[in-house]
Parts: sequence; structure tokens; C-alpha cells
Amino acid sequence: MSTDRNIAVEFKNVTKAFGEKRVLNDVSFHVEQGQALCLLGRSGTGKSVTLKIIMALMRPDLGEVWVDRDNVVGLGERGLSTVRRKLGYLFQDAALFDSLTLYENLALPLQRLTKKSKSQIDDMTLQVLAEVGLSTDGAKYPSALSGGMRKRAGLARALVLEPKILLADEPSSGLDRITASEIDELLLRRKREHGTSLIVVTHDVHGARRIADRVAVLDKGNLVAFGSVEEVTQSGNDIARRLITE
Amino acid sequence: MHWLGRVFEFVGKVGIFSVRVLVDAVQPPFELAQLARQLAEVGNKSVALIVVSGFALGAVMTLHTRNTLVTFGATAMIPAVQALSFFIEIGPLVAALLLAGRVGSGIGAVLANMRASEQIDAIESLSIDSFKFLVIPRVLACVIALPLLTLFMDFSGLLGGFLSEVLASHIAPELYINRAFNNLQWSNFIAPTVKTTVFGFIIGSVSSYFGYTTDKGAQGVKEAATNSVVISSLLIILADVLLIKCIFFLFPDSAI
Repeated sequence: MSTDRNIAVEFKNVTKAFGEKRVLNDVSFHVEQGQALCLLGRSGTGKSVTLKIIMALMRPDLGEVWVDRDNVVGLGERGLSTVRRKLGYLFQDAALFDSLTLYENLALPLQRLTKKSKSQIDDMTLQVLAEVGLSTDGAKYPSALSGGMRKRAGLARALVLEPKILLADEPSSGLDRITASEIDELLLRRKREHGTSLIVVTHDVHGARRIADRVAVLDKGNLVAFGSVEEVTQSGNDIARRLITE
Repeated sequence: MHWLGRVFEFVGKVGIFSVRVLVDAVQPPFELAQLARQLAEVGNKSVALIVVSGFALGAVMTLHTRNTLVTFGATAMIPAVQALSFFIEIGPLVAALLLAGRVGSGIGAVLANMRASEQIDAIESLSIDSFKFLVIPRVLACVIALPLLTLFMDFSGLLGGFLSEVLASHIAPELYINRAFNNLQWSNFIAPTVKTTVFGFIIGSVSSYFGYTTDKGAQGVKEAATNSVVISSLLIILADVLLIKCIFFLFPDSAI
């Protein structure tokens, strides 16, 4: 059991395979509370799977996954529900609900998971929308939002329950440099002002250098480097060095 | 024989999925807001299609029946034939097949798209049971809406037949209604209408199965939409055969 109170998320010897293909092979790492970890790696190396395992959307074949003080592997629905309340998840394409307006997308988890009054939900929703710069877009449907707006909306939904840990799957993919930088700034502000732990899957080295306290590099399912940006830069692993410097 | 194994595998998976629907449907929390939304989607938006189709079908059927019955001098039987055929078989079956086409494909495509775009994962990540949130309201909406839509189909078919008959023989409305309902028993009306709840369950659960369980991305959306309609329609017709035997067993008087 993970007894260190400063650990927000810990992977212990996690293995996951889809049929014959092993996407994670005996992977271990941890993220301290209030710290940011960036997961780097080439496409198809198990980065998104790592996030989904933390959120218990997938189960590992072997190993332990600790979120705060709970091992999510083997938890029942009720236990998972408690753990998931501590987590926020920004999906790669935001995964906003098409049939709901932006406001409804954000209000849904508050209505379902809290006992707040309608006026409190209104206040919280508008506050988060303002935080991501979408305060005037609450009535719009996701189809009416641009790529950058969708990312910010997805981030707003991930943050609306004020999670202790935020998982972000390629928050800057498909965005121009300026918009990507704005998203990075939102993540950083959340970490600074709320002490939120971040686990960010990214291909954006600039963003990773800016956000990360630590970097983990995955290659063919193996964790080939783990440490600060400087440590990974000086690592003996060629893939890790190239990913962080090129 | 490899295909036979796949058929059994499919039947088993759909069976397990359907049992889960039945179990979850009676356990709280009940997604009433979602159910209301789906009832509007399944019911309200299908009424026009059902009424227009029923009306046209009723008119066409009367035209065909008249040509045949004239030969035997039995045109007075047209309203009774129309009412019996619509209430017993045409109304329930055609309403179910139309709903499978309009709603089944929609359910399959929407859920498959939600799966492909990670919306179902997003629901789970918010600690919401995606099965109860997405699947149960859709299945219940089909189960509740189809009997009501069948009534629309029955009566619009009768209306279409009446107008067709008025143009052909200037029959009085009272006489048409009297002849139509004279030979109709409650068992001819209630049992076939109630059996559409089973058709609704088939449409809802089969379509949801294809959409909810797909893992093929955009290709899965297309396949889910097509398979939902094809398999639902096929199962409705097969179930109809079994249900008719059950109705004859339970209500022997309804056998004509």
C-alpha cells in the first residue's frame, strides 16, 4: 500500500496488453501532490492508456495503481466513484456531450454528484467558464465551438468539480502555438492557485518544458526515462533525449 | 461451421446485454430526465411518419381489398377486413418496422459516435453509470412509445381506408365505424398492441447493443446504424411469429 501522503498517483509495475500487443510493460512511476508530470512518447506507446488506467476506464493486467490512498485496481463501483471524484479528465478531443449546451455539459456533473442548489450550480459553472475564457459561450452547442474553444470547454468540465488531480490527454494537439500556450497557462494556473496535481500526455515539448516538474518517457510500452526535464535531457536513452530536445 | 459459432456468440452477447437492461431498469437511480428526453425523441418525432404511413397504407389496402371483394359481392366486409388486419397485425408490425428504421439506426449511430468520440468514457469519468444514463432510457422509451405509436398507426390506417372507401362508395361514417368494429373483440386489440412492448424492447436493446459496444471508431458508427435496423427488423418478425402463437394460446377467441 502507498503510505506516503505526498503521493497523488502511483503506478506500481503496471502491465497492460491488448491481445498479443503489450502497450504497458512493468511500468512504475509516481506523481507528488501539487506537482505536474508530463508523459512523452511516440504515438501508440501507451500514454493515453496510462491515463485511462488511472481513471479506471481500463483495468491493468498486472500491477497496482494508487490514486491518493486508494488502489483503483479491484475497487467496486462505489469505491471507483469516490476515487473518480478526486480526478478530472480532459479528453483528447474534449469529448463534450453533443446533445447538451456548453453550460449543460458543465452543470451535469454538479447536478449529478453534488447537492448544490441551482443558483450555486449556476455560479460555479459561470465561474469556471469565465476561468477558461468562455463566459459568453454557455448557450452554444459543442458543434458551434472551434477546436481551441472545445479544448477549453473540455478543460472547464474537467475542472468544474474541483478535482485534486487533473489528467489531460494531449491538451494542445491540433492547436496553434498561441492557443496551445493559453491552455498550458490555464493548467499552470490551476496547479499554482489550487495545488492541483497534473498528469499531462503531450507531444508538445515546449509545453512540457513549461508545465512539467517531472517527465516520464514511454517507448514501446516501457518507461525509458523518468525525472526532471534536465535529468531526462541528459539521460542515456536516445528516444527520451530526442523527444525532449528536438 | 465457423459462422454458426459467431451466430451463437452474437446471440449470447445480445442476451447478456438484454438481461443487464432488464436488471438495471428496475434499480435506482432512475434517469427520468433522460427518459423524458428520449420519449420526445422516439415518440414525438415519430408520430408524423407513423400517421402518414398508416394513412397511406390504409388507403392502398382498401383499394386492393375492394377489387377482390367486388368479385364476391362482399364489399360490405371492407371496413371489418381493414380494422381486423390493422389492429391485429399490420399496425403493430409496420409501426415496429418503421420505428426500427427511424429510431433504431439513430440509437445505434448516436451511441457508436459517443463511444468513438470518448463521450461514454467521459460519462464514466464523471462517476455516472453510462449504461443506466444512455441505454436504459432509450430502451424504456422504445418500450413505452411503440404501443402508443401503434395506436396512431391503427387509427390512421382506418382513417385512410375510410376516406378511400368514401371516394369509392360514398359510405356514411357511422356505417363504416359500425362495420369496422362490429367483429372486433378486445382481445383482437389489446394483445397485439401490448405485444409491441416486446418489439420496442428489441429495437431499443439491439440498437443500443450495437452502438454501445462498438470499438471500431467511425467505421463502427456506420456498422452500428446498419446492423441496428437489419437485426432489429429481423428479430421483430421472428418474435412476431412466437408472440402470435402465445396470443392464440392465451386468447383462443382471438384466432380468426
